[in-house]
Amino acid sequence: MSLISIIFTALFYISLFIFIVGMGRKIRQFWITPVPLKIPIAPTPLTQTGAIFKMIREVTLFESLFRSNKWIWLFGFLFHFGLLLVLVRHLRYFIPGDLPEVFLLIQPFKYAAFAMIIGLAGLLARRIFVPRIRYISAPSDYLMLLMLIVIGVSGAIMTFTSNHTDIMMVKAFASGLIIFDWTNLPTEINFLLHLFLVLVLLAIFPISKLLHVPGIFFSPTLNQVDNARKKRHVSSWALKQEKENTVKLEQTIGKDE
Amino acid sequence: MAAKEFDIPELPTYIEIPELTPDVMQGEGPFKAVDEFQNPLGFPGGKVDNWKEVAIEKMGDLKSKYRSVQVFLDSCVKCGACTDKCHYFLGSSDPKNMPVARQDLFRSVYRRYFTFAGKHFPKLVGAKDLDDEMIDDWYNYFHQCSQCRRCSVFCPYGIDTAEISMAAREVLDTIGLGQKYCNQILGKALTIGNNLGLPEPALRDTLLDLEEEVEEDFGAPVKFPLDIKGSEILLITPSADFFAEPHIDGLIGYGKVFYQDGVSWTLSSYASEGANFGMFIGSYDIMRKAALRIRKAALDLEVSRVMVGECGHAWRVAYSFWNTLSGVGAGAQSVDEYALKLQNQLDDRYPQPQHIIEYTYDLIQRGKLNFDKSENDERTVTFHDSCNVARATNMGGIEGGQFILPREVIKAVCNNYVDMERSTIKEATFCCGGGGGLLTDDLMEIRIKGAMPRMQALKQVETNDGVNTLAAICAICKSQFSKVLPKFDFDPYMIVSVHQLVSAAIILDKPQEAIQMSESQTEATDAIEAKEAETE
Repeated sequence: MSLISIIFTALFYISLFIFIVGMGRKIRQFWITPVPLKIPIAPTPLTQTGAIFKMIREVTLFESLFRSNKWIWLFGFLFHFGLLLVLVRHLRYFIPGDLPEVFLLIQPFKYAAFAMIIGLAGLLARRIFVPRIRYISAPSDYLMLLMLIVIGVSGAIMTFTSNHTDIMMVKAFASGLIIFDWTNLPTEINFLLHLFLVLVLLAIFPISKLLHVPGIFFSPTLNQVDNARKKRHVSSWALKQEKENTVKLEQTIGKDE
Repeated sequence: MAAKEFDIPELPTYIEIPELTPDVMQGEGPFKAVDEFQNPLGFPGGKVDNWKEVAIEKMGDLKSKYRSVQVFLDSCVKCGACTDKCHYFLGSSDPKNMPVARQDLFRSVYRRYFTFAGKHFPKLVGAKDLDDEMIDDWYNYFHQCSQCRRCSVFCPYGIDTAEISMAAREVLDTIGLGQKYCNQILGKALTIGNNLGLPEPALRDTLLDLEEEVEEDFGAPVKFPLDIKGSEILLITPSADFFAEPHIDGLIGYGKVFYQDGVSWTLSSYASEGANFGMFIGSYDIMRKAALRIRKAALDLEVSRVMVGECGHAWRVAYSFWNTLSGVGAGAQSVDEYALKLQNQLDDRYPQPQHIIEYTYDLIQRGKLNFDKSENDERTVTFHDSCNVARATNMGGIEGGQFILPREVIKAVCNNYVDMERSTIKEATFCCGGGGGLLTDDLMEIRIKGAMPRMQALKQVETNDGVNTLAAICAICKSQFSKVLPKFDFDPYMIVSVHQLVSAAIILDKPQEAIQMSESQTEATDAIEAKEAETE
């Protein structure tokens, strides 16, 4: 194996390790942190089914964002939906051997790359030109968009221009990573840049705003059922306080009960 | 205090997103609480020496106790969807009043001390040290948030600035920077039983005076009972209802509805406050403390129903938090002795707690109340959805019931009703500008500026539909509007309680002896009346 292949192979496992451990820890933190109060936000679902459907609408259609701002919704939706299709299409590289026939159906998804790039460019333009959004942006907010744009554009260059890379070699490399049968990877600059930034993205996932991906599912305002009067909701630490009759202010304001 | 000069915003034809004017609302914030008000709540008075360590420690504690805080701090992507949603931003144009920028005062410190990226690359991710300047900004700008949650409705992740603002205020209290207004009031509520500091004899006198006045004005012996053990209903209402205008006319309205229904009800001198400022300062313990008084009153008075008067955040605390805090509610598990002790006493045929609007609405639906709607004919009414009712509660157990029920009650007693523009009502309602512990004269500038979006929508219906009455079901809204309406050239008396409208139209034809009857007899009469209503 070439040195560059060894480096990228190592980088892949390191990034993946950081991603899995980091996300695992973060999700665990979200999971174990108690929710002391019922705080669903209107329009609130009154049933568990309603809450599930609300979450599905938020995750797939960005319902609240649509109510909020049509431009951000449009660009955000183009990007996320484009990314989803592109990711599905990338599965082909990681599945060893012949592909199931269903992959013929997702062949046209390659054009989703344009949706993704247009969405990202729109979001970046808003970040630069809308003073309110410029005000709240840190360097990392721009960098994140730039990085995704470079990933998208370098991928599109390989797909849609004559700068193709050897995709059979890519497949051998990528599926090799999965089955621990390591091989060389193509060394065109487009491909290396594309892959490198994807690995960086993977590694910074648990320490950046990309945490909105698990975050949304844990958001109490979105996932709670509005049934506080019908069902008593008490968190672990509040229950402990209640049981022990903790009265912090007893000198001044009397005891519980 | 030497009042700062400021311009009262013009009311535009449409709400425009203002150009940013950085630091225009920079300032020292509201008056700070001294020892006298801080210590009884368990907080130091004045900034403690090692405030920075204490603050960071408290932040860590809060984010480990509240999933909302942890998730919201991590999940914001700075998309900007919320940036034009806050009434204080729209009215003041200070960028730090954009919800995300307000949160970032807290989030940037969180990043600096609790995240890998912020510890090692603070500039890159906008992480900031907690220094004097930052803590001053916290105190100032977290007291320019009314915790109305409008931004949360529009956030793709449901990030709720109110949660961050409550957390920030709790940290501020912990290091000795408490707000005088809230903490002084909490002291009274937790010792005397209401925010006004009205002791039992004074409250009793007030209510007796009210009875006389109402009998004189309306010719019916409407009672305002206090501490009557064994009553069916315990009414918990904001203490502003006992004396403030226009609130008291709402209280008269509740009394008339109870009278006409023939139900036995009582107020409690021990728990004579619906408002719970513990929510504003973000302290679970203090909020619980205030809520426990209601539990105790309900148990002591052996009531079977707990009802809440017109008060926005009181209804949020009652509807969403009481069951959690003090067991006033239903659905406790069989092992939950604490909650069951009360819940077994409460009548499960009614929602517990129930809102006075739900109660009146139900009576109207069952044909038990008769109105002369022409009494309100000189009024063209619009309804202001109070933020906490609209975005954090429900009524009637139907989706959007908190929007439907008050409007139906108004329409049952008034002939002329008009809604304000859709993007300014219901779940998207604009706060009155005085909620969340901001209803104090030392915050008058932000209160007036923050009222601008609501005033703009009101102007539209005044011009187009001749609206001359603004009805609300929140004590803070009523007080705030009384103050700010004239600043925008409206009649300050146009703000009314919904139950003031009910009070004006209700026909008091209850036979006097009915009040003396025992409960079973009352129910029998009710049944007859219900039948009569049907045959009519």
